[in-house]
Amino acid sequence: MSWSQEPGIIDRVLVAEQQANPMPPSSLRKDTIRNILRQRTAVVGLVILGFLGLVALFAPLIAPYGPDDSMLKLGEEGTRGLAPCIHLLGCPTDQAQHLMGLDSNVRDEFSRVVYGSRFSLLIGFVTVSFAIVIGTLIGAVAGFAGGRVDNILMRIMDVVLSFPSLILAIAIVTVLGTGLVNAMLAIGIVSIPIYARVMRASVLSVRETDFVTASRALGETSSGILSRRILPNALTPLIVQGTLGIGGAILEVAALSFVGLGAQPPTAEWGFMIASDRNLFFSAPHLIFFPGVAITLSVLAFNLIGDGLRDALDPRLNR
Amino acid sequence: MTRFIIRRLLSSIPVLLGIVLLVFVLARVIPGDPCTATYGEKATPELCAQFEIRYGLDKPIYEQFFIYVGAIAQGDLGSSIKFGRPVTDILLERLPVTVELTVVALIFASIIGITLGLLSATRRNSPVDVVTMIVANLGVSIPVFVLGLLLAFVFAVLLKDTALALPPSGRLSPGVSIAPLVETWGLQELAGPPRGILDFLSNMYVFNALVTAQWGALGDALRHLILPAIAVGTIPLAIIARMTRSSLLEVLGLDYVRTARAKGLKERSVVVRHGMRNALLPVVTVIGLSLGAFLSGAILTETIFNLTGMGKTLFEAIEGRDYIVIQGVTIVVAFAYLIVNLVVDVSYAMLDPRIRLG
Repeated sequence: MSWSQEPGIIDRVLVAEQQANPMPPSSLRKDTIRNILRQRTAVVGLVILGFLGLVALFAPLIAPYGPDDSMLKLGEEGTRGLAPCIHLLGCPTDQAQHLMGLDSNVRDEFSRVVYGSRFSLLIGFVTVSFAIVIGTLIGAVAGFAGGRVDNILMRIMDVVLSFPSLILAIAIVTVLGTGLVNAMLAIGIVSIPIYARVMRASVLSVRETDFVTASRALGETSSGILSRRILPNALTPLIVQGTLGIGGAILEVAALSFVGLGAQPPTAEWGFMIASDRNLFFSAPHLIFFPGVAITLSVLAFNLIGDGLRDALDPRLNR
Repeated sequence: MTRFIIRRLLSSIPVLLGIVLLVFVLARVIPGDPCTATYGEKATPELCAQFEIRYGLDKPIYEQFFIYVGAIAQGDLGSSIKFGRPVTDILLERLPVTVELTVVALIFASIIGITLGLLSATRRNSPVDVVTMIVANLGVSIPVFVLGLLLAFVFAVLLKDTALALPPSGRLSPGVSIAPLVETWGLQELAGPPRGILDFLSNMYVFNALVTAQWGALGDALRHLILPAIAVGTIPLAIIARMTRSSLLEVLGLDYVRTARAKGLKERSVVVRHGMRNALLPVVTVIGLSLGAFLSGAILTETIFNLTGMGKTLFEAIEGRDYIVIQGVTIVVAFAYLIVNLVVDVSYAMLDPRIRLG
């Protein structure tokens, strides 16, 4: 699926050159970083992510108002769903500037979108980290133990995978109760099987190799073998899958918030912002547009980085 | 082949039971006692006593599970609190809407996706390729509900009163109606499963209008489906376009394609007859795998375009905390997903003789 940069003739020439005059061995990490930077799409993704990260970090400095500040309380005249007012673009200067207009509760939409970046990035990282930790554990145990344990664990994973993820997540949240944390937990649970499968496959592929047998002969414990011999081998696919998973998690948590199961008022979470203002949509489309663009950008960033990582780490393309 | 199908069917039984078990467990861990959780403020002692007997809540937990499985096997998914009707009836009435939307979206996504993939693979680094790449990347990144709302805004508000205007909600324009097939064909006395199937089919308006040759109504129904289908289909479209592109590029680099070119075949026939035929196999798999995306997308889209299908039902059930409907939708969608995956698996095995049916 590497469609950003196919192994073209130049790559092949480079490989041939490399084989002809071997360069001093460079570290894997350096190689990887260089390979990632060679992926144009990944660089675009990194730039977007860096931008979002800065916005999230410096949100209080960038946003002119607090995320929950009602303009009415600040003594300003405001109307619900006011269209963007930008002085540079000819909005009268006696009117207060609102780059993205006002939302249905007369709050500054721009400030809310800026603060929302904190939630979005946090949601992505926390959800996927949770899924990776649990999934890796399950996959490692299944692959290492084999037999009945493997069978039972993986059948459970099959059942979870046999639901469209959003549906199962909705069912889980209705049980756990609504809220952003529970929505994240639900999306995390639903994505566990992917990582369990990746980890299990890695365990199976190296379990019988000589270097594992050797370390076992040297008296290393099972957990030592897992953490020092097997995990490093599984890391690459886990990282690639995880990066792509962050984008998916952001989308799905936003969807849960949109159906009213995720973030609750007055949280400045993008999906929830869209849901709560969708009734004003035909008169104030900017309230859908700006948070929508924000979600799309953050998901796009992780997808591009994930694709780039996969291409960079795929040995078939670079060695 | 028959043995493969039978084995594949048998292997899905544990998954089926697993799905039921999972939904069963989820239903039991709802905090508080199940009766008040189900009925909320409407719970009365009499209602709760009935409820306990109906679901055998006084019996041991494993027995409860068998009762639950038995009920589902008989098509009893419980009764909706809000509607006071059996969930099965509600779903039978509304499932066709979702199926219709999904099928139209699937056709849209496959045709456009494969065409874009083909164009960009054969014209690498051309403007077509670049645009396809951008569409493919944006397509998987934009939330379905944002896309749906924006489409509604552009086509129903900005382009209002132009030739391109499209309706933002509903299934038919006011004044247009499509009669159930049983009425059109004078089969009112039909009962039982055939009647159910016929009602199901006639509630898919496009299908209904097509078989009864009501062209005006067909056009109207299709016009109402365009925007939702684009919203639902865009994510799968992006995935299909990417898959077609990379798969075709890979195939076009193979020796037999070079042979075909060396024979002096026209480029068009090399690509279409030799390349596409092999490149499409992984694409078929991807289309099958994105059915989950279609279903999730349909659920989010229906609420936006006011289509009363499974998604809208689920949305309303969530708002009304109608747990029995939520469970019912979950089970039905999971079953449907399982069956469709089964069909994809089997058809894939039929398409590709190299696949060992082991």
